Amino acid sequence: MPKLLQLQHIRKTFPGVVALDDVSFSIAAGEIHTLLGENGAGKSTLMNVLTGFYAPDSGSLQLDGQSVRFSSPRDSLALGIGMVHQHFMLVAAHSVLENILVALQGVPLLFPRRQLRSKIEQTIDEFGIDLDLDAPVWQLSIGAQQWIELIKLLMRDCRLLILDEPTAVLTPQEADKLFQVLQRLKQQGKSIIFISHKMREVMEISDRVTILKKGRSVTTLEAGEFNQNKLAALMIGGDKIPEWQKSLPFSDELVLEIENLAVRNDRGLADLDNFNLQLKKGEILGIAGIAGNGQKALAEALTGLTRVESGRVLAAGEDITRSCARSSYIAGIAHIPEDRKAIGIVPDLSLDENLILKNFRAKRFRHGVFQSRSAIRNNAIEKVDQFAIKAGPQGSPVRLLSGGNIQKVIIARELSEQPVVLIALYPTRGLDIGSAEYVHKVIAEGAGNGMSTILISEDLDELYKICDRIAVIFRGRLIGYVDPANASREQIGLMMSGEVSA
Amino acid sequence: MLEILLDATVRAGTPILFATLGAIINERAGIINLGIEGLMLIGALSGFAATFSSGSLLLGVVSAFVAAFIAGSIHALITVQLRGNQIVSGLALTMFGIGVTALFGRGVVGQTIDGFERHAVPLLSQLPVVGKAFFNQNGLIYFSFLLVAFIWFFFYHTRWGLNLRTIGENPAAADACGIAVNRYRFLAVACGSGLVGIGGAYLSLASTPMWIENMTAGRGWIAVALVIFASWSSVRALFGAYLFGGITAMQLRFQAMGTTVSAHVLQMLPYVFTIVVLVISTIRLQKGASQQPENLGLPYDREDRK
Repeated sequence: MPKLLQLQHIRKTFPGVVALDDVSFSIAAGEIHTLLGENGAGKSTLMNVLTGFYAPDSGSLQLDGQSVRFSSPRDSLALGIGMVHQHFMLVAAHSVLENILVALQGVPLLFPRRQLRSKIEQTIDEFGIDLDLDAPVWQLSIGAQQWIELIKLLMRDCRLLILDEPTAVLTPQEADKLFQVLQRLKQQGKSIIFISHKMREVMEISDRVTILKKGRSVTTLEAGEFNQNKLAALMIGGDKIPEWQKSLPFSDELVLEIENLAVRNDRGLADLDNFNLQLKKGEILGIAGIAGNGQKALAEALTGLTRVESGRVLAAGEDITRSCARSSYIAGIAHIPEDRKAIGIVPDLSLDENLILKNFRAKRFRHGVFQSRSAIRNNAIEKVDQFAIKAGPQGSPVRLLSGGNIQKVIIARELSEQPVVLIALYPTRGLDIGSAEYVHKVIAEGAGNGMSTILISEDLDELYKICDRIAVIFRGRLIGYVDPANASREQIGLMMSGEVSA
Repeated sequence: MLEILLDATVRAGTPILFATLGAIINERAGIINLGIEGLMLIGALSGFAATFSSGSLLLGVVSAFVAAFIAGSIHALITVQLRGNQIVSGLALTMFGIGVTALFGRGVVGQTIDGFERHAVPLLSQLPVVGKAFFNQNGLIYFSFLLVAFIWFFFYHTRWGLNLRTIGENPAAADACGIAVNRYRFLAVACGSGLVGIGGAYLSLASTPMWIENMTAGRGWIAVALVIFASWSSVRALFGAYLFGGITAMQLRFQAMGTTVSAHVLQMLPYVFTIVVLVISTIRLQKGASQQPENLGLPYDREDRK
């Protein structure tokens, strides 16, 4: 096969971090090439180099045998390389039409909307996609937003399409549709770089797979040379995976009851609407749903971080609906937030300080109005040991730790007062397999000791693996509960898109 | 009576209108410009000085635009190219403008020129009530009408306008589409600043054809507030500017009629109103009617890791 694009010995560093060390791989015309690697392996960085967002420190790029150098996304687009970024590059306040228009070439200076509308409609129809061109993007589902991104690239006639974890935000059905479109593009001779860490999909779609690990390309395998286990082993390399056992069946005692809860967001729209949920002692309850269907509002309502419009939350029979974050914590509700660096930690404070953010008022950490430095230090030593945190030099800001270690700091802090309920929002997102397993281990062990967990996740594999029950949320409502032992992925997928209830 | 009041409203509102339009162009590109007050002063002085030495009003207006364009380019350099703090840079620009115009303006203090004169538009100026107020005015006011329409058209019906709005909302998205983000931002800041300069020149070439130190008297700050009131729309900026013009006109009228209320209290009214308007518009913003460019005030660095 003729090589469309070849990368050799790409290296890219950021202050204090080597994101890409030595990466080489090539892509042929009409090939679907998967990049596989744990988070932090450098997949997105590499793609940003390919699209001109990042300038590599060294290494070379060859397109059609010609050496090329991209100094901006403009350059790479001009040569037919386009990307659907993991965080969509869309303007939420603009209409679908306007978002597509800015990406096109040869747009007339005057009245661009009027002149190109029919051409855009044509392309959308051709791929059988349902998009309202005049709707503002913020009203659309994440899945629909992804179609906009793809349409932009198709109308630009890109030869090489890069999709960075496109299925992370899709239901299984939507993902199938995406794969159909990708296969069709492949037949048209377009090349596709597909990034994912869902093995099932990788097996289904890839012609070749290149594995990245810690900023290096480990190997490239042709279809037929790999299976799921082999890929997983190559991704992890020699890393040690913590082991854990799923806890025993939970009791029937209710620890948390949510009745008809309603929460509105900044735009005045309902994030949660007549939401009901019951959590039992020692249970791990998964919340499945496409991101943006009210998961964040649920976590914030339970932890006292948002105002509840109506409804009740009962913790062990006590009404905590209107409690603030602090009293929720005292009531025994711990929280692993979605955005680790923004609300999980104070990035510039030290590890010691971050570990006592919630219980710094405890007697043991103070002498009257003064802090007891030694007690705080000892607490940190104890937690570092207990949770296997790889801490940096004493006193250095906690933001310098890796994502997995930051997550461990948060978990150590949240679990330090033996909570009754743990609300975990996407707790393994962006973590490598070892750290993710560690999080699962902590949750499972907690359940064994009677702690109940609400695990909000978009990763069905994770939910299947660890949860006792799975509740499906769609547009702020509970669609129903399923038992992971005998519910199919398709069934959950349909519930996630609101098409059927349990 | 109403005709006279409307006429005074338009005259008092126009300098604020120019400044607000300029500020809107800045902010639509995502750059906050708190240097408006300083830019107006720079425009006022350079406009007056050019007209004073050449006798040409047109040359005065052009000089005001050019001088403010250059001063605005400093802000653009700091905020766009160097990704500096927009608030600090803008405040510095205002202080720079106040200082530099006080220094170089000393030579022309007390001098006079022949300012802009009224020219009635045939037919339109015969309209009842509004005819005189809107169509028996000077050239700069007619220019401001055209500018409002042009900016609206530019934003919503041209490719460049769409690109600029996209940059203000999400520069990374614009960059991914191959739009030259920094070039657009730089030009938007510089050209917007130039318009602000014309607003200043209106004061020294039309309102009172002379140079007085610090003659903008806070109008630049009112313009900054009006951008929010106008929800970043040039058409609403027209209403906002005339609202303030109207209050100024009325308080002058009250003073002329000899009320017992202290003149100082009356002169305060436009500024008090600014605060009221800001409170109301901010509440509206929080209610979700936000038109604010999403990335307003944030520098864009392509390699920034989120």
